[in-house]
Amino acid sequence: MLLRELAPRDIRTRLLDEGLALKTGPFVFCVRTPIRRLTALLATLYADTPLASDADFVDFHVRVRLSRGPRRLYRAQSEFDLDGVVPFKPLAGQQALAMLEWGMNWCICNHSHHLLILHGAVLERNGGAMILPAPSGSGKSTLCAGMMHRGWRLLSDELILIDPVRGRAHPLCRPVSLKNQSISLIREFAPEAVMTAPIADTAKGNVAHLRPSAQSVARAAESVPIRWAVFPRFTPGSKTRLAAVPRADSFMALVDNAFNYSLLAERGFDTLADVVEGLDGYQLVYGDMEHAITTLNQRADARFS
Amino acid sequence: MLPACLLIDLLLDPELCREFGLRDWETVIRQARVSAMQVRLATRLRETDLYDSVPDGPKRHLQAALTLRDRQRVAVRWEVEHLALMMASVDVPLVLLKGAAYEMADLPPGRCRVFTDFDLLVPREALHRVEVAAMTHGWTAGYQNAYDQRYYRQWMHELPPMRHITRGSVIDIHHNLVPDTARLQPDPELLLAASVACAGRTNVRVLSPPDMILHSAVHLFHDGEFDQGLRDLFDLQDMIEHFIATEDDWRVLVARSEALNLERPLYYTLRYLQHRPGIAVPDEVTARLQRLAPAIPVSLMDGMFERGLLPDHESCSDRWSVLARLALYVRGHALRMPSYLLLPHLLRKALRSMHLINDA
Repeated sequence: MLLRELAPRDIRTRLLDEGLALKTGPFVFCVRTPIRRLTALLATLYADTPLASDADFVDFHVRVRLSRGPRRLYRAQSEFDLDGVVPFKPLAGQQALAMLEWGMNWCICNHSHHLLILHGAVLERNGGAMILPAPSGSGKSTLCAGMMHRGWRLLSDELILIDPVRGRAHPLCRPVSLKNQSISLIREFAPEAVMTAPIADTAKGNVAHLRPSAQSVARAAESVPIRWAVFPRFTPGSKTRLAAVPRADSFMALVDNAFNYSLLAERGFDTLADVVEGLDGYQLVYGDMEHAITTLNQRADARFS
Repeated sequence: MLPACLLIDLLLDPELCREFGLRDWETVIRQARVSAMQVRLATRLRETDLYDSVPDGPKRHLQAALTLRDRQRVAVRWEVEHLALMMASVDVPLVLLKGAAYEMADLPPGRCRVFTDFDLLVPREALHRVEVAAMTHGWTAGYQNAYDQRYYRQWMHELPPMRHITRGSVIDIHHNLVPDTARLQPDPELLLAASVACAGRTNVRVLSPPDMILHSAVHLFHDGEFDQGLRDLFDLQDMIEHFIATEDDWRVLVARSEALNLERPLYYTLRYLQHRPGIAVPDEVTARLQRLAPAIPVSLMDGMFERGLLPDHESCSDRWSVLARLALYVRGHALRMPSYLLLPHLLRKALRSMHLINDA
């Protein structure tokens, strides 16, 4: 059963009571929140996401609520917790959704060392995964959102999850977070995109969340072999340049973007070495997203022509 | 009636998991996660050959915890080499406490711990020298504000925590096991004099076995933080089972608690270890410690401690749990300092947590 098949009233009841158990890729999150606004936001963003059944193990029981105490009266803050433990400082009240998404990423990064986790986006075309490893602010989410609206299947916008046994990327298929100019850019680029109204005044500027495409979410259980690593750099006015990167450089760039590489020690090294062995690395500099995506499409289609 | 706790039941009788459904596994993973017991749970299931029968969902969480533990064990040993160098530069012996000590001395709790910081015990007269050495070796004071600095330096038994500028390791340099303002006053000279070198090492020392047990006991029962109470209680069980075998061992432990003025924490430790994990304590020991029972009815203390010793989780709490934890918090602080110091301190902390004052 998908979330969109559940009546808004029932979504609300679950969020208030036993929790809304969402299956996002290999993880099940049970979400609770008394914040009314979140009901509609989650119903929109996770519409195509399956609900967990009794046969699923719930990995994380999370909650977002307005922080208690006198603070609530004059400047409400939203607070995330995992089983009652609050891992980081609250955000402003209207940023409850961003807080929840951030908290969910934190859960995965801190408790999922059965996977190698890198910071970056993953998309699929022709049965191969392209990873875009990059820190926040590199324009990777914008490019990722653009690619998703040009036929690529989204696996993840924020976390590259690699299974150390088979070296494949696991989908997560959660909403894509867009910041500042990216919001209007994607609206123009893909008028059909479903996204939340931008929220102002976060540490990162305006933030909006974009719903992953239905076909991406429908295939969120299918892992994919990694074929390409693209290190993107948006440079206004620049022509599209896609330059091959030597294997060793790709390896080091992936290490720079890893969350738990050193924690996995030898297994982390072996996994990454195997992944780099099987992929082609590129540096992408671009000023026009449409043209950049056409170039990436050609590269991804080349081996099939 | 105390709330039931599936995690404790499972740790005491691992065979129970053969009957577990996924909802039961969810409960134990959640309880273990909030009480820093995932590694212990995984270790216990491994040692009883039940680990392989755990379903994939919960097993991934246990595997993640074991991965973290394996990495940390290597990291601890590496960091201790740095500490040994630092201490050698001022010619003060390195005496490790708690987590790092269990690891370096290869003691049973070491296999179950997730690591946070390094605790060192140094002679009070060497405190300044060691602090300067730590600074020149890259550790810097974390708390910069004047109030926190004064709080630690004037009243506490340790310097403000110091974090290494590149490796990020945090060290707490202690000159005693309890604050200067606490009612119990063990003599740190006795502890240092009895410390023992780790096997095969001359430059890394830990407390003697009875002292290690007593330190863990005082930390658990005479400190304001009770969040890791359950973990500490199981660590104590491990150590008592490891070190205390004969009637003579028990006698030495009790005598040592008397010499160090730490009989009360030992009394509580043995009381609650007999209640739940059910270790056998000789009658003679129980009788000798009985005179240390608190003045207020012990059943009241039981209601408080036994709730505080459960994981702080909604699945194993009742309407008294919040009150019990608050009472433990206040009690822990009241034991650390007299009320004329404590009340202004707690008020300041409360205002700060409500962002009504800002002295961070």
